[in-house]
Amino acid sequence: MSAKRIFIKGNEAIAQGALDAGCRCYFGYPITPQNDIPEMLSSAMPAAGGEFVQAESEVASANMLLGAAACGVRAMTTSSSPGVSLMQEAISYMAGSELPGVIVNMNRGGPGLGDIGSSQGDYYQSVKGGGHGDYRTLVLAPASCQECYDLTFEAFDLAFKYRNPVLLLGDAIVGQMKEPVTPRPALPLDPEAGADWKLTGRGERAPRILKSLFLDDGALAGQNLHLQQKYRSMQAEVRYEAFETADAELIVVAFGSIGRIAKSTVRSLRAQGFKVGLFRPITLFPFPEAELRALAGQGKRFLTIEHNLGQMVDDVRLAVRGLTDSDFFGFLPGNMPTPEDFDAPIRAAVKGA
Amino acid sequence: MQEQLVFKRPDVLADVPTHYCPGCQHGVVHRIVAECLEEFGVVEKTIAVSAIGCSVFLYNYILVDTVEAPHGRAPAVATGVKRARKDAFVFAYQGDGDLASIGLAEIMHAANRGERISVIFVNNTVYGMTGGQMAPTTMIGQKTTTCPGGRCLEREGGPMHMAEIIATLGGVAYCARTAVNTMKNMAQTKRAIRRAFATQINDEGFGFVEILATCPTNWKLSSVASNERIGKEMIPEFPLGVFKDAAKEDES
Repeated sequence: MSAKRIFIKGNEAIAQGALDAGCRCYFGYPITPQNDIPEMLSSAMPAAGGEFVQAESEVASANMLLGAAACGVRAMTTSSSPGVSLMQEAISYMAGSELPGVIVNMNRGGPGLGDIGSSQGDYYQSVKGGGHGDYRTLVLAPASCQECYDLTFEAFDLAFKYRNPVLLLGDAIVGQMKEPVTPRPALPLDPEAGADWKLTGRGERAPRILKSLFLDDGALAGQNLHLQQKYRSMQAEVRYEAFETADAELIVVAFGSIGRIAKSTVRSLRAQGFKVGLFRPITLFPFPEAELRALAGQGKRFLTIEHNLGQMVDDVRLAVRGLTDSDFFGFLPGNMPTPEDFDAPIRAAVKGA
Repeated sequence: MQEQLVFKRPDVLADVPTHYCPGCQHGVVHRIVAECLEEFGVVEKTIAVSAIGCSVFLYNYILVDTVEAPHGRAPAVATGVKRARKDAFVFAYQGDGDLASIGLAEIMHAANRGERISVIFVNNTVYGMTGGQMAPTTMIGQKTTTCPGGRCLEREGGPMHMAEIIATLGGVAYCARTAVNTMKNMAQTKRAIRRAFATQINDEGFGFVEILATCPTNWKLSSVASNERIGKEMIPEFPLGVFKDAAKEDES
C-alpha cells in the first residue's frame, strides 16, 4: 500500500511529517521564512486533537516545548535563525534535563537580522550545542521536501530514543520550494512513551523530578559524563548520501540545499569526464566522520562547499586530519546559488591536484 | 487520657529541615500550598513547576512530580505541561526577580491566555539566592547590594505592583495579594490559594496569588524585625486584597 503523493512546500512537509509522527503539541512564533508551518498547524493540529499555541516569543515557545516534553508528549517548535538564537536557553535546559523535543530551524541570513533569504550560517550553533554548557543535539539536514517530511517524522523517534532535543536544520530554499512528497502511514500515539521518566502526576509512585541543577559534590561531573556517553552512542545514527564517490578523485562535501545543488554540478562535470563525487552529510551531529576518513584513506581529496564563510569545513578537516585536507568554497548568503556557481570552484579544485 | 492530634504536617510536605534561612517565609507558603493540594485531593495528579531562585528546591519539600524551569520561564513551561496533560493540576512557584523581571513576558501572556494553571508569586523585594540585589519590587529607599544608596525612583523606577497588573488581563479568573506576617493574613493567604486553585480545577481561568514575604538575610534584619517590616512598610506599598475574582463578577 503506497500513500498518495502530495505536492507541498518543504515547510508544509515538516508540519505534515510532525502530525503523521504523532506530534500533538506545537508552539511557535512568527518569523520568515517558516511561517507556513505555524499557519498550517494552527488548524491542522487542533483538527488532529492536539494543541497549538502561538507563543509570546521564541523564548516562551521553546520553554513550552520543554514543559510538554516533560510530560512525554511528542512536541515541536519551529523558527528561523534569530528566533532559534532565543531558544538556546531552553534547549540547553532540555539537554541538561534529558527531555525529548523537536526544534526546526529554517536557516536564514545573519548575523543579526541578516535577511530572509537562505543561508547555512547556523551550522556552528546547531552542531556545537548552541546554548551554554557541554551538550549536543542530534542535527538532521534535509535537502528535499521529501527529506523535510521523512526527517521530521523520524526526529521524534530519535528524540525519545535518546531523551534529547533533535534539531532539524533546513533553510529558506528547501522550506519555500514545492515538490511531490510521499507521506507515510500516520503513527498511532504511544501512551507508554517515556513511561519510566515522564511527569504524569505521581499517583501512587514516588515523585519524579526533571531538572538540570546538580549541586552535590561530583553530581554535575557525573551527569556530564553520562551525557557525553549518550552523545557518543548517537554515532549509531549517522546518515549521509554518497554520490559517485567510489572512483572519484575529488569529493565535494556539502549539506542541505547546497548539497543538492552541488549534486547537479557534480553530475554535469561527471558527464564531461571529471572524476568528482558528492558526499552529503544528512546527520550533522553525529557527523559522518568515520565515512569521510575512510574516503580520505583511499587517497581522495575534498572540497567543502557551504552557504556561509566556512563552518562545516572545520568538521571535514577534523575527520580527515593527518591524512589530507579540504579546500573550501563559500557561497555568500544574500544570494541564491545555482549549479553553475559551483562549476568553476570544483574544476579549480580538481586541477589543484 | 487519650492524646488527640489537632495539628499535623501535611503528608505531601517532606519531613526534612529546609535550606531556607531562619525567618524566611517560603516554608510557611510551602505549607499552605501543601495543605491546599491535600484539601482538593489533587496531590496525585499535580505537576509543579519550580523556578530559579531560593525556591528552586521546592521539589525537596513538596513531594509531587516537578519540572525545573529556566529563570522566569515557569509560566511558559507550565503552559506546555498543562497543554500536554489537561488532566493534571499544574502550579508554578516563582519569586519576584523571576516573575516580575526576567519572566515578565511569560507571566503576562500565560495570564492573558487564561492558561488553566495557578501561579504562586512570593514577593520579598529582593533577589535572595544571588545575595540580595535589587529586584523589580524593591521599595524606594531600600538598600540592596546593587542599589547600596537605596532604590531611587528617578534612577531605577519604582516597585512593580504585579497583582494589580495581572488583574487587568482578560484570561485571569482570580488575582489576589496576601501576606503571611500574622495568623489572620496566613488564613487569608490560604483562602486566596484555595480560590486560585479552584479556578483551575473548575476550568474558570488563570489563578494568581502574590504573597508578601520576608528575607531577613538580605534585608539584614532579625526575623522579628523582618516580620514587622511586612506590616509597617510593605503592606502600605503593596496593599492586600482581591484584585479580580471572576466568580464575584458573575454574581454582580
